[in-house]
Amino acid sequence: MQNVENIVNGQKLFQKPEYQEVLENKKEFEGHAGATNPEKVKEIADWTKSWEYREKNLAREAITINPSKACQPLGAVMAALGFENTMPYVHGSHGCVAYFRSYFTRHFKEPTPCVSDSMSESAAVFGGLANMKDGLRNANALYKPDMIAVSTTCMAEVIGDDLKAFTASAKEEAEGEMDDTLIPSAHTPSFVGSHITGYDNMIRAILEQTNPTKAEKVVDEERINIIPGFEPYLGSLKEIKNISKMFGDKVVMIGDHQEQWDTGAGEYKLYAGGTSLEDTKTAINAKATISLQKYSTVTTSKLIKNKWKQEYKTANPIGLSGTDEFVMMLSELTGKEVPEELKAQIARLVDAMQDSYPYMHGKSFAVWGDPDFLLGLVSFLVEMGSVPAHIVCNNAPRKGWKEDMEAVLEKSPSKDECQIWPSKDLWHLRSLLFTEPVDFMIGNVYGKELYRDTGIPLIRIGFPIFDRHHLHRYSMSGYEGALNLLTWITNGVLDQLDEETKGIAETDYFFDSVR
Amino acid sequence: MGPETLESLQKSAIDEVLEAYPEKAKKKRAKHLGVDSPEGVKGACDKTKSNKQTVPGVMSQRGCAYAGSKGVVWGPIKDMIHISHGPIGCGQYSRGGRRNYYIGTTGVDTFVTMNFSTDFTEKDIVFGGDKKLKKALEEIDDLFPLNNGISVQSECPIGLIGDDIQAVSKTHKKESGKPTVAVSCEGFRGVSQSLGHHIANDMIRDEIMPDTSHKKDFESTEYDVAIIGDYNIGGDAWSSRILLEEMGLRVIAQWSGDATYKEMAIAPKAKLNLLHCYRSMNYISRHMEQEFGIPWMEYNFFGPSKTTESLRKIASFFDEKIQKKTEEVIAKYTKMTDEVIAKYKPRLEGKKVMLYVGGLRPRHVIGAYEDLGMEIIGTGYEFAHGDDYKRTKEDLERSTLIYDDVSEYELEKFVEKLRPDLVAAGVKEKYVFQKMGLPFRQMHSWDYSGPYHGYDAFAIFAKDMDLAMNSPVWDHNTAPWDEK
Repeated sequence: MQNVENIVNGQKLFQKPEYQEVLENKKEFEGHAGATNPEKVKEIADWTKSWEYREKNLAREAITINPSKACQPLGAVMAALGFENTMPYVHGSHGCVAYFRSYFTRHFKEPTPCVSDSMSESAAVFGGLANMKDGLRNANALYKPDMIAVSTTCMAEVIGDDLKAFTASAKEEAEGEMDDTLIPSAHTPSFVGSHITGYDNMIRAILEQTNPTKAEKVVDEERINIIPGFEPYLGSLKEIKNISKMFGDKVVMIGDHQEQWDTGAGEYKLYAGGTSLEDTKTAINAKATISLQKYSTVTTSKLIKNKWKQEYKTANPIGLSGTDEFVMMLSELTGKEVPEELKAQIARLVDAMQDSYPYMHGKSFAVWGDPDFLLGLVSFLVEMGSVPAHIVCNNAPRKGWKEDMEAVLEKSPSKDECQIWPSKDLWHLRSLLFTEPVDFMIGNVYGKELYRDTGIPLIRIGFPIFDRHHLHRYSMSGYEGALNLLTWITNGVLDQLDEETKGIAETDYFFDSVR
Repeated sequence: MGPETLESLQKSAIDEVLEAYPEKAKKKRAKHLGVDSPEGVKGACDKTKSNKQTVPGVMSQRGCAYAGSKGVVWGPIKDMIHISHGPIGCGQYSRGGRRNYYIGTTGVDTFVTMNFSTDFTEKDIVFGGDKKLKKALEEIDDLFPLNNGISVQSECPIGLIGDDIQAVSKTHKKESGKPTVAVSCEGFRGVSQSLGHHIANDMIRDEIMPDTSHKKDFESTEYDVAIIGDYNIGGDAWSSRILLEEMGLRVIAQWSGDATYKEMAIAPKAKLNLLHCYRSMNYISRHMEQEFGIPWMEYNFFGPSKTTESLRKIASFFDEKIQKKTEEVIAKYTKMTDEVIAKYKPRLEGKKVMLYVGGLRPRHVIGAYEDLGMEIIGTGYEFAHGDDYKRTKEDLERSTLIYDDVSEYELEKFVEKLRPDLVAAGVKEKYVFQKMGLPFRQMHSWDYSGPYHGYDAFAIFAKDMDLAMNSPVWDHNTAPWDEK
């Protein structure tokens, strides 16, 4: 029973003997092997660690287990929230939107505005036009957006709703209420690609449908667009904006969702920050666009290169050389020298890398996440002399990504110890970790169970991270971001070193106060 | 604030909120909002429209049928593997967020926090996913030999592309000899997660209830009961079970938090079904009553008043021996809960609370707050039916704003107008109200605390509410240079 002087929640309550007895008694009625045949559980658990199991596991064709990816409309919602006074609108069931909102909210610990038009059985039969008409009008009246960015769920895609016709007809029938509201729309079927594909489709839709055609463009030689991609690190967006500012006021972020998930206490604002609609509508006039996530902007790049005939470049400012590339690209495009401040930053970063390298050098890592994030992270690990032994990317694009990763690994003397695993999930990784172990894992919250199963420490970098607070507020981009990566990883290694050496009178001779 | 002023404030809040809508939506929403009180006649609890289509384009907090089936009813059955059948998203978003606690070796003999998905591609939509499903079922049996069955939880496309998951599951069941249950809980069915609960119940009825393999050698006692509709969030069912066992009853099944397939199958051996979440499991309780003659009763284990009332009601189904022991249990714990109240009530008394949750909580938790002297001035359900609102009436203590399927816009406005001291709802709402400077507790996940069911749990509840209300962090909203 609870002691009122020391009330404990479930974590400790269920450790009390009376509850242990309850759990023990329950076994009589339970059917899982843990209750009926504990020996068998041990036997199978050991078998799942074997090479034999690994081979079976890697041969899987039909069932995906514990993947690290989500579906298209999630990315479309993030893309939409990167624009000023914009309401993401998902044409489909509201269940999907409830999921997107809670997923982002658990990561950012911030509200996530997004509506749906609540399609159900009748819409499945008759199409979702009626829902679209009511939905857009209601959303417009209640939330007063300047732009409503429409994406779709798999339901709307399977029944084949015509978005452009639907939004046009909704606008027409709204008695003028929506005449000033921009309503770009993107098809974002969940059964194609992943959340980064949805991000791409929505960014393209917004740019294509709010900008004039090539014939009307007026090139502004000073204007540079930067598309950050599906970026869960708000600090990274800030950092990129800081760097951009050093190269001029006309280096503009397109799709800037930083403030939306970064508002302060005291007042709730439905919309915050975002790329201004003025900047959005004139994106075509820029001299060039730089995408910071090549594989999150595949279709957008086609719009920019082929339809807009604008210069399109990619950079990946995660780690030292990725940031170098980005900075030099900005310098070249703007014709401005690299500013002193960045020179100081890079010097500080390199200095810090030289301070910490003994702890990262030679350590092996398993890493997973989105394709561009991994290219940047692996590049940084290689710069530090670490060995990225297992690189798992469930949503790896078929074209180009593996080759890009191989090129990054080419710089590592340990490249033969590194394996790239496109399309694999974290249950595959579990087998890899048991058969070919590593020193550390770097990834999102889904590595938590791998940590429990294998004992390999998890350094949390990625998306989503639900079980640690505020990491998303930091940058992992730019020189300052690389310093954060260095700090997180080095201290992760040192935490583990303390963990391994803390045994009193056994190992604590190495439990050093200075490292 | 007297009751009259509260009521008029509540009514004017409704009027103000409705003003923002276009005519058609306004008319619809008006039927879902109202005010009721213990002495009210034909008030909102009798009249509120519910279980209707959500108005398109508003930020509803509702989920879908898949969420009701996979997320709520089937997902927690720990020794079965639940496949999210269709595109990748649904299984990913519903992974590990509900805190359905269980004991087991995850990935070996239990699987609750894992995501099994057929991860549809365009090819599966065009050519159908039945073959992939068949293969997936085989791969699962191959890699997870200790699974005690598989359920197939349909996502939206399945019902639209004409797949026959029933046939595939039937074949697999025959071949593997293990339960294989196809659940057609596509997200577009119905208006909320509620239909998903119903569909899930129906599949338990059709696929598990007829299975006699575990029932046939089961040795019954006079005191066998089953806990129905407790998902063991934060361990709720465990802190309930202990009380029932101390009363002298034998809990033979726990549905479905920390449940095994066997417990699902032997439940019809119970002498009494104890139903906590009426909304999500009344269907199967009624079925067991009709089919097996098992009576069922609703109970409420939130807060000592309701827990004590419920324990006595449960005991009344049994003999004097049980009733006597029940009084001993009540006496033993009441001493502790009285101390809890003595400690926390002075810190919480008179604080006003607005609730917005799902299932049973919009009415069931009222008593727990009132035990601490806190006053519920608004409550509403995400996916209730008329019978839920009728049941709410008896839990009201004062004039209460009632809102069905409230949108974020409406809830925000209601809170601005009524200025409660605490809002208790879900994660999507949490940070909206915290930004407004209001303490907030998540009442789906117990805000990563809990359990909240039973006497021991009430102590945690009280401590958590005190934590939320009286934390110094709420005092920092005004910067020193802005202080007058």
